[in-house]
Parts: sequence; C-alpha cells; structure tokens
Amino acid sequence: MNDATTTLTRETAPVPATLESPDERRRRIRMGVLALVLAGIGVLLAAFTAPETVTFALSGQLADSPLSAIKLPALPVALALAACTVAVALAHLLRGLSGRLGVLLWAVFGLAFVVTFLCWAAAGKTFPLTNQLQGTLNLATPLILGALAGVLCERAGVINVAIEGQFLAGAFAAAVLATVTGSLLAGVVAAVLAGVLIAAMLAVFAIRYRVNQVVLGVVLVVFASGITGFLFDQFVKGESAKFNNPGVMSAVPIPVLSSIPVIGETFFRQTLLVYTMYAAVAIVTFVLFKTRWGLRVRAVGEHPRAADTVGIKVLRVRYQAVLAGGVVAGLGGAFFTVGFTGGFDKDLTAGQGFIALAALIMGRWHPLGATIAALFFGFTQQLQGQLQIIETPIPSELLIMAPYLATVVAVAGLVGRVRAPKADGEPYVKG
Amino acid sequence: MSRPWVRELVVSFAAVILALVVGAVLIIVSDADVAATWGYFFSYPPDALQASWTAVSDAYTSLFLGALGGWKPISETLVQATPLICAGLGVSLAFRAGLFNIGAQGQLIAGALCAGWVGFSFELPVVVHLLLALAAGLFGGAVWGGLVGLLKARTGAHEVILTIMLNYVALYLLQWLLTTDVLQRPGRNDPISPVVEQTAQFPNWPGTRLHLGFLVALLAVAAVWWLLARSTTGFQLRAVGANPEAARTAGMSVGRAYTIAMLAAGALAGLAGAQQVLGTDYPLTDGIAGSVGFDSITVALLGRASPIGTVVAGLVFGALNAGGLQMQLQTQTPLTLTTVLQATIVLFIAAPALVRAVFRIRAEGTGTVLAKGWNA
Repeated sequence: MNDATTTLTRETAPVPATLESPDERRRRIRMGVLALVLAGIGVLLAAFTAPETVTFALSGQLADSPLSAIKLPALPVALALAACTVAVALAHLLRGLSGRLGVLLWAVFGLAFVVTFLCWAAAGKTFPLTNQLQGTLNLATPLILGALAGVLCERAGVINVAIEGQFLAGAFAAAVLATVTGSLLAGVVAAVLAGVLIAAMLAVFAIRYRVNQVVLGVVLVVFASGITGFLFDQFVKGESAKFNNPGVMSAVPIPVLSSIPVIGETFFRQTLLVYTMYAAVAIVTFVLFKTRWGLRVRAVGEHPRAADTVGIKVLRVRYQAVLAGGVVAGLGGAFFTVGFTGGFDKDLTAGQGFIALAALIMGRWHPLGATIAALFFGFTQQLQGQLQIIETPIPSELLIMAPYLATVVAVAGLVGRVRAPKADGEPYVKG
Repeated sequence: MSRPWVRELVVSFAAVILALVVGAVLIIVSDADVAATWGYFFSYPPDALQASWTAVSDAYTSLFLGALGGWKPISETLVQATPLICAGLGVSLAFRAGLFNIGAQGQLIAGALCAGWVGFSFELPVVVHLLLALAAGLFGGAVWGGLVGLLKARTGAHEVILTIMLNYVALYLLQWLLTTDVLQRPGRNDPISPVVEQTAQFPNWPGTRLHLGFLVALLAVAAVWWLLARSTTGFQLRAVGANPEAARTAGMSVGRAYTIAMLAAGALAGLAGAQQVLGTDYPLTDGIAGSVGFDSITVALLGRASPIGTVVAGLVFGALNAGGLQMQLQTQTPLTLTTVLQATIVLFIAAPALVRAVFRIRAEGTGTVLAKGWNA
C-alpha cells in the first residue's frame, strides 16, 4: 500500500547509486541482520571448537572400495569457514547480493555454516558423511514427492493440506497390497490409487462443494489416519505375515554412475522409487512451465476468470491437477513402506506430510524450490540422528526443531517474499 | 420458513446419521465372519443381514452405553469433553476473527508445560497453588498463540503454516525439557515429570475421574460468549473476521484484532493443557496433549465456531471418545473407528450441499462462506 507520492516527499536525501525501494531496503537489511546473527552463531561455535582433528568418513556400508576419510584440523577450518559466513552476511547487509553471484555466495554461506557446525560437533570424532547424504536422500524422497503433489494442486488454485493423508493412504495400500499380491510393483500401483482416492475427495469437496480447503485438508488427514488405523487394527495387526510383510525394494545401482565415490553411492545406488522421484521433479517442472497444460494450470491458479474467458475449462483443469498431484503423493506414501521400512504402522508418516507442505511454501510453490527445501529438511532430520549417535553436546530435540523454526522464519518474510498463487484456495464460481 | 439454526441443527443431525452409516459399513466390511456371510448373500440373504445387524448393533450399543449408560459413563464423557471444549473454544474464537488456528496442539502443550511445572515445583497453600498453576497454563498457551498473532499482524505470515510449525516446536521443546533437570522426575531415565502436588490438582467428584476443570470449562464458555457477543473487542474481532478491509476502513486495527484473538485462543488451549495435567494426568509426559489439539479443530467446526455450539460438539466428541473405549473393550471394534466417525461427521458438515443432496433438504440462504486462500 506504499503509494509513490508519500515515498517521494519523504526521501529528501540524495538518491543512492543503486535505486532501491524502501521496502527492498528494509528486506535486505532484515535478511542481512539475520544472516549476520547466523554467522555470529557460527563464529561462536568455531571459537568453542576443540583443537582436534575431525574425520569425515566417506564410504558407506555398501562401498566396494573403502575410501579413506577426509581428516581436517577442526579449529582452524571452523574459524576460516565462520569468517566466510560473516563476510557473505556483511556483503549482503552493506551492498545486497543478487543475481547468479548472489545465489553462489548464499550457497557458500550455507555450506560454510553447515561445515562449521559439523567441525564443532564432531571434533575429535568421526562423522559418517556418506551415511549422512544417503539418509538425507531417503528422508527427502517422500518430502519431495509430497511437495510436488502440493505444487500441482496449489498452482491450480486448490490448497492441499491433506498431503499427510495421501501419504498415509498410500503407505497403507502399498504395504497391504504388496504383501497380498507378493509384488512390490502392485503395492506401488495401489499406493498411487490410494493417493488419487484422497485427492479425488479433496477435489470433489473443494471444487464441487466449495468447502474451505484448509478445513477440508485437516479433516481428510484425520479421516485417512482414522481409516488406515481402523483397518490396521482390524485386519493387519493380528496377521502381519499375511498382510503386512511387503519387504523393501532393493537398490538398483546404475552402471558407471554408481561407481563415482560418494556421489554415486548416494544418488545412483537407490531404489526405483527414488529414481521415480528424480523423474517426477523433472517432469513436474517441465510440464508446469513448458507445456500448454502447465500454462493452463498456472492460469487457473492465478486468475481463473481470465482463464475462463479464453475458453479454458477451469474446473476440469483443477480436477486434473489435483488428481495428478494424488499420483505423485501416492508414490511418496509408497516410499514410507515398500521403499524404506517395509511394514505399515499406525500414523507412521509422523507429520512428514506437513513438512512437505512447509517445503512447498519455503520453495515458493516452485517444484525446484520445493525440492531444495525438502532436501534441507531431510538433511537436518538425518543430522539429528547422526549427532545422537556420535554424542555431540547439542540435544537432538533442539536440532530437530530447526526445520520448523526455519519455516517460521521463512514465512515471516525474513527470506524474501513468499507469495502463493493468487487464486490459491478460492473456489471458482462461473459468473 | 425454518430458522437458520434449526436448519443447521438438521444438517448436523443428518451428518451424524450419515457418519454412523459409513461406520456401519466399515464394521461390516472389516469383520471377517460377517464378510463371509455376504459371500452367499444371494442364496440365503437372512444370514448376512442378521450377522451384519448383530455386529453393527453390538458395536454401537456398547458405544452408546459406554458414553451415556449411567453416571459413571456420563462422568467419563464429561472428562473427555472438558479439554475438547476449552481448546475447541480457542479454535472457534480465532475462527470468528478470520484466523484458522491449527495450533491448539502446540498451545495446549505450552500450557500443560507451564501449569505442570508450577504444579510440581512449588509448595503453596491449597487454593493459591491451583490458581497459580492454572494461570501459568493460560499464560503458556497465550504466549504460544499470541506469537502467531503477532507474527501474522507484523509480517503477514500465514497463521496456518505458523501454527503447524509451532506445534512441532512445542512438542520437541517438551520432549527436550523432559530429559533435563527442569522437568524430569529425579531418578528416572524416561521422559516423565514429577507428579503435580496435591495442592495444585483439581478436586475430583468422588468415585469418578470428573474434576472441577469441567466447571472451569463452562466458565470459559460463558466468558468467550460474553467476549464475542457483548464486548467491544469481540465486536471488532467479528468485524475483522467478516471483512478485514471493511474493518480497517472503519478505523479498527486488524493487526491488533489478530493478536488479541490468537492470545485468547492460545490461553484457552493452554487452559485445556492445564486441565489435562492438573485434572487427569498429573505427571507431564510427551503424550500429554494426545490428539486433543487436533480434535479441537473438528470440535470447533462441528460447533459452527459458536461458544454454545462448541460445548455441544465437545460433549458429542467426548461421548464418542468415552464410548469408543468401551466399544473397543467389549466388542473388539477398534477405537480408531471413532476417529473415522468424527472425521466423517465434520466432512459432511463442512459440505452442507452434499448432506442436503443426500437427504433432499431444501437449500435456503447462502450456506457457509468459509472460502479463503493463503493470500487472505
């Protein structure tokens, strides 16, 4: 609501070389201060780092060639990297970072902060780096799929808080059907159908009956939790061997690529579901931004009236997008059982669907942004487990809060503007 | 020519009936013996009908008796309803100000944490201790809720995301504190706190688990009713909820209304947390909130975000919870059935058009206007 006249009369000082609106300036300073606080924490950690060597073990359990570990002197490395973070934060605070260089420097900032933290936490100990990366990918896979499902729905203007419910339905269907049929693939197909089923409920109630979509999402999560819990109690619990023993998908190493040290082991020695996730990221990005259908989806999510005027069937496109999201979310659900742990248990998704929602918002409703946010969440969740094992001074409960607090900071507008598709959550009534 | 509230009551009642039908189908389908009789339905139908009727009526009878069949079950219903009413009031109040408060769970945890800590850390005279612990619970919840209101007012961040995230933060904070000296019971390794002092516990009705917290809940209902219906602040909250732009134009501070609404909503959820720890549980554990925080959302929806409606909805859900436990004990029908029933009831209520279509109730008026997006 900043109108130009008041801004002009107020700014009597000479205009600086780079034109920057007061709003942008405020945002840059806010973000700079936040980064500086983070960097300050990094410096503090570095200052308290024990002067010992920190070992990053590179080979996982499955490695053919046990690579030697990287050994670093913890204290000097931590200090140097903390200095880097301070430099980047100051650069942003004073000059403002933007463009490609900005992205690069922020990446350096993030990496330097994480390594500083690890130096402090694991000084004198061995940190299993490859395990950390593999675990990150495993935890992030369902988050990414769930967030992609959310992107598809919300770009079309339907809020999807029910990702958790789609996960639960998919996970349950996958475990039971895979056990009954003896085929993991059948389980995955069942999970997709279950995801689509919840999506169909979401679509019908949101699009046809115009129910408030946040309310609807919450209720659908309760519904999915109740119905999978009920069926689990009634059928599955007593006869695990018959209904709940699907086994886990085995890893399929990709030739050549899988033999790259660290990276190959992390990314190319995975199950088919993880490869499907890679494909899903690419496909959703391509479809949304490079195809006619994707343009229509974005149009009905931003300005349905305009889309309707040029002859797009708004409701039909919304149905299609929500159901397509159901497919992706169902895959994510399948990962919880047949992709990772095997059997189903009540509420085994443990709120990951809501984290996927957070990733979607942190990623600003963009498939790639959501993917990066989901990887970040996966990383901190895995780190929490690792740090518990190597017994670091920081309580793991505090660390596991990090993604949630990060999301609060992100939506509170410290990290740029987070804007949803304009018509997200608004039912369309043909007028 | 029926009045709006009569129509809403009819829709609510119809939704309950529909949900019970869905539940009955689930019971029939999931019971192996009953399902078997359907295998030869066409050669001898009475068997299948008989078996299905028995299974469904057994389950629902024990559900009903477990909730309302005598003083003991009724007291148990009231015990279950107590925190649901309070937390549901919080969600309702925020709803009236146009805020969707999914954070009752976190606010409840924050309240229980503070109330429990005061309850077992100090030694104080009888009434004073209880009041102080209660105040601490209100305070804890209010801080957790008010933070959301403040952030929303200052930065425009969406309350749904903030509350979902703060739910987790509260849970992990509690889990962490339960492993430290602050809350952990001396000599224990598992995450459990000391028992709340006798002086800070709600007095019980002899022979039951029903405690004075139920009366406190009813007082809270009266207070919220007064706030919303009779006070200037309440008028502003409702005005902001109905149309923030218009309210702003009329000179009201929208941000202030959001902050007040979330402070009060948090305090009410914190009261529910205090009731849990001072009235039924006594020590704090990380399961202190159960699913009350989430159920309170459905309670608020069922109660149409009005104080009186919330009481009725809280009692209905309390009865379902209390009866569900008996049903599980007596007929081996899992308690999770009540979760399905609750979700289905609310689903049908949220879509009045669907219920009307099923029962061919004539549509009048505009129906519920609840559609708002992330950007709202």
